[in-house]
Amino acid sequence: MSGRITLAVAGRVLRQVRRDHRTLAMLLVVPCVLISLLWWMFEDLPGDLFDRFGPGLLAMFPFIVMFLVTSVTTLRERSSGTLERLLTMPMGKLDFLLGYALAFGLLAAVQSALAVAVSVGLLGLEVHGSVWLLGVVAVADAVLGTALGLLVSAFATTEFQAVQFMPAFVLPQILLCGLFVPREAMPGVLEAVSNVLPMSYAVDAMQELVGAADTGAIWRSVAIVACFALASLGLGAATLRRRTP
Amino acid sequence: MMKKVIAVRDLVVVRGEREVLPGISLDVSAGVTGLLGPSGCGKTTLMRSLVGAQRVRSGTVEVLGEPAGSASLRDRIGYVTQAASVYDDLTVAENLAFFARVLGVDRASVDEAVAAVALDDHRDQVVGRLSGGQRSRAGLAVALLGKPDLLVLDEPTVGLDPVLRRDLWELFHRIADAGAAVLVSSHVMDEAERCHRLLLMREGRIIADGSPDEIRERTGTTDIEAAFLHLVEDTEPAA
Repeated sequence: MSGRITLAVAGRVLRQVRRDHRTLAMLLVVPCVLISLLWWMFEDLPGDLFDRFGPGLLAMFPFIVMFLVTSVTTLRERSSGTLERLLTMPMGKLDFLLGYALAFGLLAAVQSALAVAVSVGLLGLEVHGSVWLLGVVAVADAVLGTALGLLVSAFATTEFQAVQFMPAFVLPQILLCGLFVPREAMPGVLEAVSNVLPMSYAVDAMQELVGAADTGAIWRSVAIVACFALASLGLGAATLRRRTP
Repeated sequence: MMKKVIAVRDLVVVRGEREVLPGISLDVSAGVTGLLGPSGCGKTTLMRSLVGAQRVRSGTVEVLGEPAGSASLRDRIGYVTQAASVYDDLTVAENLAFFARVLGVDRASVDEAVAAVALDDHRDQVVGRLSGGQRSRAGLAVALLGKPDLLVLDEPTVGLDPVLRRDLWELFHRIADAGAAVLVSSHVMDEAERCHRLLLMREGRIIADGSPDEIRERTGTTDIEAAFLHLVEDTEPAA
């Protein structure tokens, strides 16, 4: 592993994103628009529904977006021959993966900072915990999305397949993460499944932050998300092979 | 006798159900060596084995005195796949700067590589907007970074215009003159004349090995295409 190469990969990925103005604009603007839409939808309803659903959405954006972006970009690296070329060079597999995680983690930090600023500043989302912790949670979610995206891209041979992994891998996590039905109120089997899905902990962390703000519980959830991310990166490294059939 | 750069012995590669290389042996020394054969005869698989990208079943592949794929070889071999293997959304200079950082070579070698493939005028253009020929030259420039001891080029001249092809072959010879070994594959037989040495390949086997003159003489033919056909008819069992 080499810091120089990891940074080279991260810098290159960011440069590619910066060159693609439309993708960059969508990455940064769409979450803000969606969270505003959520707020508007609940505007005339009684209760604090925005406070209940908002944090979950803030946890999901970086995860979903980075999952999609990563699975497509890595697939492109595989099909364009650049990955094969890099792996014949002095590039460690972890250099490659961490470079991606670093670049998309940074991007997610900016994305979340904007979405949080809009939610808290304009839409009046109540955050009891510290706002910077919210950033930490968002980055952990993004790295998780990146890591899972890298992992599943190994099993996709076309971009169509890569995009199909989104409903297959991400939607079940959204349904079971406890946002729609509290996890403890689900049928036993589903609750057990929910307990082993990373998104559940990402949403837990966000809800903790906005609600009771028990810092210990937040860090525990963040740690669980980080463990999932590391495990996926490790598995992703195992799927990157210098020698292919 | 020139030093062997590549030594392959009884290499067997199976892809899917198919035995692509059923036990190939060959040597490559310094100079420009052409690996010629029809599409699908196993040229790419052989080249991937040399750079350590191919899973092999048995046999040995030695490159620059070490087993192919060794970590110590990774900055000594320049490799170009049939795809240009560069990032279409970056400029020529940005692509080269990235790969130079990965290889740990300085910026000066970026300028040298750009000049070698005559892309100076296009260095700040995004690769995706270049012509096919310019794009593949950008891919070739990456392989030249850091002056590798061996260049493995998979059909680098396919689809290029005659002037460009001539220029590239001149470049390969300049690189070889500077001491590196250059292995170039092609399925176009008339490129044979430009090589010091030829390996003719068919269905995963080497059917002839020698200088263009030697091969023509041995087969009693006037050009390599005729020599190839002669060799194929010779090896084919009478129906």
